[in-house]
Amino acid sequence: MALNKNILYFAIMALLLLGVGLFQSWNVSLSILNLCLISAIMALGVNIQWGYAGLFNVGIMGFAALGGLAAVLVAMPPIEGAWDKGGWGALGGLLIAVISIGLAVFTYKNMKSGRYRTISIVAICIIGFFLSRLIFSPATQAIESINPAKSGYLGGLGLPIVISWPIGGLFAGIAAWVIGKITLGLRSDYLAIATLGISEIIIAVLKHEDWMTRGVKNVIGMPRPVPYEVNLQSTPWFLELCNWLGADPVGFSSIFVKICYAGLFITMLLIVLWLSETALKSPWGRMMRAIRDNEVSANAMGKNVTKRHLQVFVLGSVVVGLAGAMLTTLDGQLTPTSYQPLRFTFLIWIMVIVGGSGNNWGAILGGFVIWFFWIEAEPLGLLLMNVITSGMSEDSSLRLHLIDSAAHMRLMTMGLILLLVLRFSPRGLLPEKS
Amino acid sequence: MEDLLNAFFLMSNFVFVPAIAYGSQLALGAVGVTLVYGILRFSNFAHGDIMAFGTMIVILFTWLFQSYGINLGPLPTALIALPFGILATAIFLLGSDKFVYKFYREKKAVPVTYLIASVGIMFVLNGIVRFIIGPDDQRFADGERFIIKAKAMKQYLGTAEGVSIKVSQGLTVVTAVIVVVALFWFLNKTRTGKSMRAFSDNEDLALLSGISPDKVVSVTWILVAILATIAGTLYGLDKSFKPFTYFMLLLPIFASAIVGGLGNPLGAIAGGFVIAFSEIMITYPYKKFVAYIVPGDWKPEGLVQLLATDYKFAVSFIILVLVLLFKPTGIFAGKSV
Repeated sequence: MALNKNILYFAIMALLLLGVGLFQSWNVSLSILNLCLISAIMALGVNIQWGYAGLFNVGIMGFAALGGLAAVLVAMPPIEGAWDKGGWGALGGLLIAVISIGLAVFTYKNMKSGRYRTISIVAICIIGFFLSRLIFSPATQAIESINPAKSGYLGGLGLPIVISWPIGGLFAGIAAWVIGKITLGLRSDYLAIATLGISEIIIAVLKHEDWMTRGVKNVIGMPRPVPYEVNLQSTPWFLELCNWLGADPVGFSSIFVKICYAGLFITMLLIVLWLSETALKSPWGRMMRAIRDNEVSANAMGKNVTKRHLQVFVLGSVVVGLAGAMLTTLDGQLTPTSYQPLRFTFLIWIMVIVGGSGNNWGAILGGFVIWFFWIEAEPLGLLLMNVITSGMSEDSSLRLHLIDSAAHMRLMTMGLILLLVLRFSPRGLLPEKS
Repeated sequence: MEDLLNAFFLMSNFVFVPAIAYGSQLALGAVGVTLVYGILRFSNFAHGDIMAFGTMIVILFTWLFQSYGINLGPLPTALIALPFGILATAIFLLGSDKFVYKFYREKKAVPVTYLIASVGIMFVLNGIVRFIIGPDDQRFADGERFIIKAKAMKQYLGTAEGVSIKVSQGLTVVTAVIVVVALFWFLNKTRTGKSMRAFSDNEDLALLSGISPDKVVSVTWILVAILATIAGTLYGLDKSFKPFTYFMLLLPIFASAIVGGLGNPLGAIAGGFVIAFSEIMITYPYKKFVAYIVPGDWKPEGLVQLLATDYKFAVSFIILVLVLLFKPTGIFAGKSV
């Protein structure tokens, strides 16, 4: 029965995508599919945190953005001379900051509490701050002064961009560890608020640390893991394929590229799904659900709840970071201003809750369904507004205002969907097997 | 001596006065968050957007009054529009409680469910506000701009700097004081206020002694509507109104409430000022100030800024983290569970 429902829902989803392909265009359908796949991976990551352990992470955007940062740092070619001019200084400054925080923590743990400890910790922090600024600021200025219109940043390592995916996961995992270490074990709201804060700060760093990400000037033209359309159009085997299919090489090349991306993303999705399903069915997964359902009794059974929560929080964030790096790879550019909490954090949440929290298949389905409607809601909303206002005169200001604002309708729709699902079907489309 | 006076005026213009005004706005916001937390026991993620909604209604009525030529002379017209904003917000909040939160309250759901529901409300409000007034900046301040003009003061004293205080800043502080005094009078002296405090301290005991939970909850939402609309309008008059900025205020407001101890209104006010002063003092470039107080040839070359203004959210975040690390119940003991 449950399996049938699974198949039914995914079949409907496939039909919807096919429908878009047939009636709108295959290009649109494949772009939606690719983002559906990435959303599904992000939703899997959030499901690990929320569905397995009941942790409310409101900073998904930040972890996804760290993935994007990894894509830049790994894949972009290094900028000539930037490392000599200031790269080491920038890294050294950061290193001093990290060392002084470590030293402060060490002092806190190893000195007897009292006035001397407080004074030493404050002194370490202040000296560390100014010392790191002293080295860091001139170095970053030097980097930013190199041809600011075209580069003005350090560049990356020039490695294949696929490598950045696990690195993105690693970055997100480290950030999650720090946040988790501070807030897990306190009440659940604190984790929510702290993740909200850290994600805003990560975005602020991406926007303003020009030496690292070019800030709002954006990093564009990132290398791809798949062939370029122009190259394809002059490759013999591709032209033969087009001949055989009777397709136009120019149009088909862009579809082919999207299919390549889809292949990569499906592979990643299957790997993550397989890992999460295995983990969920293992003794570890049972323990996690036991903790989620009754923390007190799990604690009484000798499970270290805070430690397990930290573990699962880091794991989920790693998956989100991975998906974030994939998203930047697909976009081919890092645009810090495009990270909006509504799109990156709360939309993913709706995917998980609508899909069915605790069920990995549900999270994937949620990722597909919600992304599909998020994209298609805009033309639908516009259509609706045109119908509603069709009685008004062409230049009526109310009509123009309504049509302009149609885009904002989808925020409200998403909110209503969340509230309705939470109330009337809290277990989602594909409920967790009990 | 004159240099010291100049330095003092400079700090007053760019640090003290703005921080007091911003602190009052944060404090009003944080008291709203803390009230919801104390009575309904969840962190309301929709609070920033409730402020935006209330302010939007105020702006719409301000425009209406302006088109009729009604105004308050030197004071902003928004003050007459304020009651309408509060009324609309209260109706919205009571409706959202009836259709959303009440269900979970009767089911005795876990706090995180309310949190997610408040995210849903936040989305809906976000959509409504952007749909009606759009996502862009709106300015609606009118009347006089300054209480004390720097120029007049400079001529009078013959100093290079003068103190200036904007009407919006003075208004913010005066309004905040009135609202806070009224709130504490209500909580401590009236029967309803006392039952609210009893409910917050011990829900079961309060229910046993015959306090009606529905009444307590409704009064809380009305208070939240008053506080949020006033805070939002004052912030909008002082700076400008932009829906996204109001959403972003969530972080400093939460930080203020937690620093002061969640559930403790007095703490929330103190927290608001702690956050506002730290944010402004840490991101203010002290170049001119240092130039006044040091001998002539020691003038600094850089901005003498501890942290770029772009990272002002990092300040509230770091304070939040420090409080969570060392005193999770906040400066004034709040609820720890």
